Amino acid sequence: MKADRTLLILGIVLLAVVGAGPLLPQWALFLATIAIAKGLVALGLLLQLRAGLVSFGQALYYCLGAYTAGSLGRFFDIGDMLLQMLAGALVAAFIAFVLGFLLARYRGIFFGLLSLALSMILYGLLVKSQALGSTDGINILPSTLFGIRPNQESVRHVVLVAGCAVAFLATLLVNRYLDTPLGQLAAAIKDNEIRVEYMGASVREAIHAKYVIAAALSGIGGALAATTVGHIDPDMAYWTTSGEFIFITILAGTRSVIAPFLGAAIFGIIHTVAYDISPNTWQMTLGIALLMVIVFLPDGLWSLFGRRRAA
Amino acid sequence: MALVLEARGLNKRFGAVTAATNVSAAIEQNSVVGLIGTNGAGKTTFINMITGYIKPDSGSIHYQGRDITALPPREVTRIGICRSFQIPQLYSSLSVYEHMMVGLGVVLRNAGLAGFFTRGRPNVPGHGAPAAAVAERILVRFGLTDYRDRNAQVLPGGVRKLLDIALTMVAKPAILLLDEPTSGVSAEEKFGMMEMVMAAVKAEGATVLFVEHDMEVVSRFAGRVLAFYDGRIIADAAPEIALVDPEVKRYVVGGALRRMDEREGRPNA
Repeated sequence: MKADRTLLILGIVLLAVVGAGPLLPQWALFLATIAIAKGLVALGLLLQLRAGLVSFGQALYYCLGAYTAGSLGRFFDIGDMLLQMLAGALVAAFIAFVLGFLLARYRGIFFGLLSLALSMILYGLLVKSQALGSTDGINILPSTLFGIRPNQESVRHVVLVAGCAVAFLATLLVNRYLDTPLGQLAAAIKDNEIRVEYMGASVREAIHAKYVIAAALSGIGGALAATTVGHIDPDMAYWTTSGEFIFITILAGTRSVIAPFLGAAIFGIIHTVAYDISPNTWQMTLGIALLMVIVFLPDGLWSLFGRRRAA
Repeated sequence: MALVLEARGLNKRFGAVTAATNVSAAIEQNSVVGLIGTNGAGKTTFINMITGYIKPDSGSIHYQGRDITALPPREVTRIGICRSFQIPQLYSSLSVYEHMMVGLGVVLRNAGLAGFFTRGRPNVPGHGAPAAAVAERILVRFGLTDYRDRNAQVLPGGVRKLLDIALTMVAKPAILLLDEPTSGVSAEEKFGMMEMVMAAVKAEGATVLFVEHDMEVVSRFAGRVLAFYDGRIIADAAPEIALVDPEVKRYVVGGALRRMDEREGRPNA
């Protein structure tokens, strides 16, 4: 029932985006696509947060996804956005699978700082890497879809629709995962790990799985952001980028798998408006916004949409 | 009767503290064994070693002939040895019903019956019914239906205790280790609670070891007593024999028996 409602809402949003796209200005399409990309990363953070883990380095996988997309263009001449997102997810998931053996052993501040350290290692490597453009970064090939290159007027809309479709699919899969016994262990792990082990489940395995799924989502997000912006640089792995994702996740709340996308959209709007009004103090506006949410809506913006327990 | 569980010469030291010295015990199938001893005598250490939470320095533990000494708690649980806790180990943000469902989910998953691609509602192994029905059945058996949708955080102490024990039943244990099932429960409610727990456990056909400080409860429910003192088992016999053993009276039940006499208005023996 819950799943059906989530599916319905997502379906409506998807149709609305596809339908309204041609009517929207270019900047709105751009903002919406970036919101989808960052929403995917925040969705990964949500998975971990439900198990009580805060990753301060999710930008690692966001950046990996982006550089995977960039490398596909630079070394293999591939600009297909779906392939970029798929490759971004696979590369991120693979790296997370390897690093997960280490990360799944840590909790709390150690998990957070270790993930942050790993993202800064990637940042350091990219800055030193001439082949990948060092601090200047690299340009992404013009986006194509199934071998077709959309014209200048429609490309933003096409990227948005492709991003929405992929995000829709990913969110459905995450929703399904949350309904499996392994997915449902999140709250139990957060509350009492010893009891989880004594029920016959492996906490480490469950956390490892969440870590890999979160990385795959972030990888997709990074690839989508890369093809949307057309340029990537090592700052995508910098710790402030990770902070942005935590900001979005806290802003949105963790009650629903749709919340991260809403959070990312609102983050984008606040950011844009604040920057427009006062370019030098936009961080202050963002900070105040987050402060208001934490004080008045401790469960995030999603709690505005009914206080029932969601998926 | 057939042996299900056997501890052979378990030794465990925590620094200068000796928690187990040459502890050996053979447990028969379907028996009910009471573990007694003062605080720090080694009862919980014994349970922790059997369930794999603590590894003995030497000695071994065998379950149905298999050496399980090195297994971690989750593996021990999977093969059918479950435990409850002296201080209930619950999930504070989950409701009573959700506790059951999460536990049953783990059982289903371990049996390969629930995963990302599974559809429908398979029967839980050992229970012969889908998870929701099994959950309701366990809640009824433990008198928890009135608390079904309450969060564990707000449950009264006695109910927390019951939920802690009820949660062990999802895995259909062959051996159940209850660590002080009646601690924190009022004297009047102790017997009612033990009756309920033992009825539920017997219905599931489990062998039971329980830690208990109340000797009345022990003599009523246990068919056999293991008395611990200073990390050793000083008596292993039926309650009517063990509880009058001079060493046990001196080191373990002396205080308890006196208190019992006082409560019943009898002069001290």
